[in-house]
Amino acid sequence: MTSADYFIKRTIQGVFTFFAVMSITFAMIRLMPGGPMDFLRAQMSQQVGGQMTQAEMDRKLELFTNMHPDRPLHEQYFGYIEHVLSGDLGRSIWYNEPVAEILGAAMPWTIFISIVSLVVIYAAGVSLGAIMAYIEGSKFDISSSMLSIVITSVPFYIVAIVLVWFLGYQWGLFPISGQFGENVRPGYNTAFIQSILYYGALPIISLVLAGFGRIALSMRGNSIQTLGADYLRVARLRGLSQRRIALRYVARNAFLPMYTGMMISIGTLFGSSIILEQIFSYPGVGYYMFRAVSSRDYPLMMGTFLFITLGVIVGVYIADLTYGYVDPRAGGGGEREAF
Amino acid sequence: MSTEQPQSPFETISETELSREDRYRQLFNGYVGTPFRIIWTDWRARLGLAIISSFLLMGTVGVSLFDPPRASEGPLLLGAFQSWAFPLGTDSLGRGILGQIVYATPAMLKMITAGALFATTMATGWGLFAGYKGGTIDRLMMSFVDVLMTIPGLPLVVVLAAILEPRNPYLVGIILTINGWAGFARQLRAEVLKLRQNSYVEASRTMGISTFSIITKDILPNVMPLIVVSFVTRARNVIIASVGLYFLGILPSSTLNWGLMLNSAYTSGGIYSPEQAHWLYAPMITIVLLSLGLLLFAQGCDRIFNPRIRARHAKKSENESSDDASFHGETM
Repeated sequence: MTSADYFIKRTIQGVFTFFAVMSITFAMIRLMPGGPMDFLRAQMSQQVGGQMTQAEMDRKLELFTNMHPDRPLHEQYFGYIEHVLSGDLGRSIWYNEPVAEILGAAMPWTIFISIVSLVVIYAAGVSLGAIMAYIEGSKFDISSSMLSIVITSVPFYIVAIVLVWFLGYQWGLFPISGQFGENVRPGYNTAFIQSILYYGALPIISLVLAGFGRIALSMRGNSIQTLGADYLRVARLRGLSQRRIALRYVARNAFLPMYTGMMISIGTLFGSSIILEQIFSYPGVGYYMFRAVSSRDYPLMMGTFLFITLGVIVGVYIADLTYGYVDPRAGGGGEREAF
Repeated sequence: MSTEQPQSPFETISETELSREDRYRQLFNGYVGTPFRIIWTDWRARLGLAIISSFLLMGTVGVSLFDPPRASEGPLLLGAFQSWAFPLGTDSLGRGILGQIVYATPAMLKMITAGALFATTMATGWGLFAGYKGGTIDRLMMSFVDVLMTIPGLPLVVVLAAILEPRNPYLVGIILTINGWAGFARQLRAEVLKLRQNSYVEASRTMGISTFSIITKDILPNVMPLIVVSFVTRARNVIIASVGLYFLGILPSSTLNWGLMLNSAYTSGGIYSPEQAHWLYAPMITIVLLSLGLLLFAQGCDRIFNPRIRARHAKKSENESSDDASFHGETM
């Protein structure tokens, strides 16, 4: 498969996935009996004391959910898709603002936390795992393997609670809510960037602590396997430098199988923001999703879901397309799964 | 006695016959006895199994040992390890914390079993069938899996939980793994693609044995270890996700639950006041312990059953090595 074919295939797949997700959200809002649509209707007739006519109510429902309840189902569906594609995700009932605006403001923060965590998790995990594999069987290796197993078994939100408990409340070393300090001016200045890092530190540390052990263990396993491979003996016989062998031969081949896992991690980290941002009162996408769920704000909830999914689709898409560069054997990545 | 020789080897009749009992014993040894003995040689799996079994005991026998916790059965906010009646102390309503943890176990176990069973069955059926069939069916089935894999799990579960408001633990378990099986289905399919070109599979095919029989008799036993490891990993994901969502209050709950305990301890100020700390510690340690048990067991099994590692294992018998190639980013 040429790389152009692969590119087209992946693009179609990404677009198709987004359509599938849109259809799922549509089905969940519209078709569930006693579900969101009925709930919103009841909520509205309560708010205005039953003074609204059916037509007015329908108009309002359309404003909030992008769906016109009295039209045939397929028209509603295409109307909804059209709205979503033009960036209109409906209106939040709780905040009474367009969902897209709320999420547009929140998204960068979640991306920031997720991407920084992802990079640190993989950097720390891969280096630790490689070191452990090189001195396999040593005291350091055994104790860090143990530590990695134990720390991996701690869910990230437990780490987050412990961190906010001690570093936040008890010792007051880190802020317990917000994205940056009150008296810094947003923009490209050092104070602002420092403040962002300071406020983002605890969420990032929680994800990293709970996540790096797993990566270290897989890297260690892969490296040990690679170290036993025949081509390494050949490399040594060729008299290549240790450094070249370690980086180009071992590290590279041990890391490649983990690249796909890294793509999935993007989605996992995005998803964990729902719990994480709640613990740290960090107003990102997950924070708004939780608010939406607890106040039954369905337009905001579904909008957030679509937004997060779109983020993941784009992330996976980029990662997938770059796989060919990381692993030249993949030749555009097309044949990875084939036998 | 006939002196006639059978015409072809296919018509030979076995000289010994297995009784029904023998056959069952062989089946038991093949599927339960021997794997168990092998698992028992690895300390990780042993410790994991011990932890899992103690949780199972807690959920079955433990519940009948003492009465369900109720409000003001003891002093308010008694610390841990101070009284025999309430070994782990009491909460702000005077309920025993140990009692709450024990009484939350059965629902948790139901949830874990339902979720892990659902995910493993779906993934196994889907992956084996797609991989064995190949062609258009395989492509269609895998496209579906790709879509499912891309949808972020936790947000999907949150949305579903908010709309469906599941209360039945079995249903909660299934919702929590609603798309969690996709990754494993893909992994299994890749494995089957390799297996299906083996000569014994080809032999079965030429003999005209049905697809279903080939999949269950020739292919399934080969991927069984993978399935066991995935089952345990899935169970761990269910427990982590469910406690997290109960902690947030997104899943509605009527029964006792570790996540709910964590939530009440947290929101009633467990992180400000030291006299409430024990209330927060107890559910946290419980979850970490169960999670650790499942992780150790999965790792132990993986180390023993994974063919690549097994070869290494045989070569350099007892070196401390663990391999986690099957551990892709599936934990949440």
